[in-house]
Amino acid sequence: MVERTPILDALTYGFLMLGICIVGFPIFYTLVAATLPLEEVSKVPMPLAFGDQFSVNLSTAWEKGHLGQQLMNSFIMASGITIGKIIVSMLGAFSIVYFDYRFRKVAFAAVFCTLMLPVEVRILPTYEIAANIFGPLQWFIDTMHLNSLIQWWVGSDFEITLELSLLDSYAGLILPLVASATCTFLFRQFFLTVPEELCEAAKLDGASAMMFFRKILLPLSVTNIAALVVIEFVYGWNQYLWPLLITTNPDMTTAVIGLKHLIPQADDVPYWNVAMAGTLLVMMPPILVVLMMQRWFVKGLVEREK
Amino acid sequence: MIKRSHFTSQTLAYLLILPQILVTLTFFYWPAVQGLLQSVMLSDPFGQRSSFVWFYNFINIFTDPLYLKSIGITLGFSLATAVTSITFGLFLASLANRALRGKALIRTMLIWPYAVAPAISGILWLFLLHPSFGVLAFFLKDRLGIDWNPLLSGTDALIMVVMASAWKEVSYNFVFFMAGLQAVPHSLIEAAAMDGAGPFRRFWTITFPLLSPTLFFLMVMNIIYAFFETFGVIHTVTQGGPGGATNTLVYKVYQDGFIGLNLGSSAAQSVVLMILIVTITVLQFRFVERKVHYSL
Repeated sequence: MVERTPILDALTYGFLMLGICIVGFPIFYTLVAATLPLEEVSKVPMPLAFGDQFSVNLSTAWEKGHLGQQLMNSFIMASGITIGKIIVSMLGAFSIVYFDYRFRKVAFAAVFCTLMLPVEVRILPTYEIAANIFGPLQWFIDTMHLNSLIQWWVGSDFEITLELSLLDSYAGLILPLVASATCTFLFRQFFLTVPEELCEAAKLDGASAMMFFRKILLPLSVTNIAALVVIEFVYGWNQYLWPLLITTNPDMTTAVIGLKHLIPQADDVPYWNVAMAGTLLVMMPPILVVLMMQRWFVKGLVEREK
Repeated sequence: MIKRSHFTSQTLAYLLILPQILVTLTFFYWPAVQGLLQSVMLSDPFGQRSSFVWFYNFINIFTDPLYLKSIGITLGFSLATAVTSITFGLFLASLANRALRGKALIRTMLIWPYAVAPAISGILWLFLLHPSFGVLAFFLKDRLGIDWNPLLSGTDALIMVVMASAWKEVSYNFVFFMAGLQAVPHSLIEAAAMDGAGPFRRFWTITFPLLSPTLFFLMVMNIIYAFFETFGVIHTVTQGGPGGATNTLVYKVYQDGFIGLNLGSSAAQSVVLMILIVTITVLQFRFVERKVHYSL
């Protein structure tokens, strides 16, 4: 501190406390609501003291909202996206930085441009491709009249139809989200700062490319990977639009989507206590990950955007 | 850029990049091209036949008063969300930066909303502001005498979704402003203090100008967030209502295309959004160069 400013310091702490309270109020209120019985939660205004119905509300929410299965789905989706993204982008960045080949720049540009194509701007066509992953191949067969060619060649009625739907499947939830320009960038930037000597030495010792990757690059990237794990887990867990589009079966959907069915609508009995207990359950895993890995989280957040 | 010392194997290089290229082509480029094609086609509701109609769909959406209204709503919503969350983020970060003790604890208490899904943030705020159950709504109605009803009034609904979207983004802005504030050289602050500048004057003449690249970056990121990632808030809280008052552009694409099955119009709207995000990205990359130039 440059000078003594006791009044200003007091004000600083006062406003900080106020800010923390405002930011924390929604979750405090949710926590209170989740512990109250129905009569209490529907009072206006709701009492701000904890009740004793927490476990009852939790188990009601658990059963009513298929939460067991859906939390499992969320977990599989979030970890699948995290692991998939990190593997795919790390290998991609390794290829772009450490190999020289003709289409290197094209590949890099192709990955780069996906920054400009979030799922929100291609909702329907992405849904269509998930409904039949072989759509492009089928289109190729149809336009090249391959079917009639084969019919002529084989001499009998023969037709190829390729169809594989990713709707209501884990692959459909995960695969479209594992390509990420930002992660590839992060690894590319990081690999570029790795000293040239390491690769030279590895080559001199006769290490193959994959050996160099496994024994040198991978251990060096541990902090970057940890940072990305936090960011991408939160990203995967909190996905909304994509799971909403491709899952119709309540046993295949994610917890964040399923939560909507717990919110009381206009004519329902206002079971807000159950809804809030469910909300708490669903929001906890990513919050815990962020709080427990705070250092990595801040690093990942700030570096990802560079 | 490539490493001076690199490997020569061609096959391995292609194999390594293959997964990324496959996913990108299947789920990004193919759908994007399909979207572009659909936007200049008109198909019957059963998807049996379609005909090439030039810019018919685009002319249609830009003469549709509902679409024009949605543009206005989206702009207002995004600006309000960005300004609210950036102001709070900057305010809290500059306070936290002044704090001598407990910085780590303060940071912990302020960053966790980042981990809350937009849809869940929507549920929390719906519960706080619900006209018949919410405690804040009660306070507004009974103590301040405001006629608050987000289920009926468009303005109230818009305020509610702005609150839900901005709340969770405060922590994102907080993290970046903290990083920016820590990069401000202490010698500058001390020199200004020697010249007799008080804390507020120092903030406005030194810290704030040095933070301007961060501010600009966050403005762009927050507007992108408000445009694209608040879909969950709208879908859980208002479903675009009441009377289309919170029907943002992305929500409209979903509604017209996925629920209403109006393929051509939805595709044209997607293309408009695509052009928008390309513009924003180009702008952002222009700015990145400046950020490097100004950084200390």
